[in-house]
Amino acid sequence: MAMSRDEIFGEVQEVLVDALGVDDDEVTAEATLMGDLGAESIDFLDIVFRLEKAFEMKIPREELFPAESLMNNSEFVNNGKLTDTGLAELKNKMPYIELGEFENDPDINKLGDLFTVNTIVSYVDSKLNAA
Amino acid sequence: MRWIWIDKFIEFQSGKRAVAIKNVTLAEEHLHDHFPGYAVMPETLMIEAMAQTSGILVGEAKNFQEKVILAKIKKAVFHDYVKPGDTILLEAVIESIAPEAASTSGKITLGDKLIAEIDLMFSHIDQNLAGKKFPEENFVFTDTFKSLLHGVLVDGAASGTPESEQNR
Repeated sequence: MAMSRDEIFGEVQEVLVDALGVDDDEVTAEATLMGDLGAESIDFLDIVFRLEKAFEMKIPREELFPAESLMNNSEFVNNGKLTDTGLAELKNKMPYIELGEFENDPDINKLGDLFTVNTIVSYVDSKLNAA
Repeated sequence: MRWIWIDKFIEFQSGKRAVAIKNVTLAEEHLHDHFPGYAVMPETLMIEAMAQTSGILVGEAKNFQEKVILAKIKKAVFHDYVKPGDTILLEAVIESIAPEAASTSGKITLGDKLIAEIDLMFSHIDQNLAGKKFPEENFVFTDTFKSLLHGVLVDGAASGTPESEQNR
């Protein structure tokens, strides 16, 4: 299924509008899922289910939103921050994510800010193109 | 308080779809206050009825091994009133199910009339909440809840769904 990034964004936008009860214009590429769009943990599963339907793909547990498994592992988190090993694991699991400032201050409370609408679009893009 | 808010299942296709009925009666005390002189079933309790119908469907899909908790009301749209004496039909369908959660869609009808559309999400809490520990016993699905399935699941006679039996 060949889809342009714009087409993917359109579908993702629709998924987020339905899953989070937000308006179209709130779902910008840079909007963070938790901070800007108010997503809670169960919403991430809702989003995964809806994406699976919208793009007819299987999204393995933890592949799109691996934060939880990272945070529960003491090798990856120390004193409220991701360790170097943790950062490496994050990059490894989410090569499509832009870390930016987070790399200098990997406070796990800011982990949520890394998940933007763009993250989802990039993830879907990578899945569709890999297929 | 543990309570059962649906009267019985009339169809049950394991892992797929369930249909339950609820009879609404003036013997339900809250109807006298909701509203005085004009009794209508509270919409919140329609959601409860659908949550039980869908929740048991989701629980049975994993053989009642998971603690299934209502986690999100994805959609709740109401089209008409339900009054004492009405028998409503609750139809729930599993849209997606994963190790950690399930999503369902549901319709409530009264005769030919669509009363409500209620889509829900359930969490399997042992698989979620960052490894938090819960009691061993399944406090969600007590024997009272499971008793609702007697007859409709045991021999499949009432379900009329041979394919669901093959999956079991």
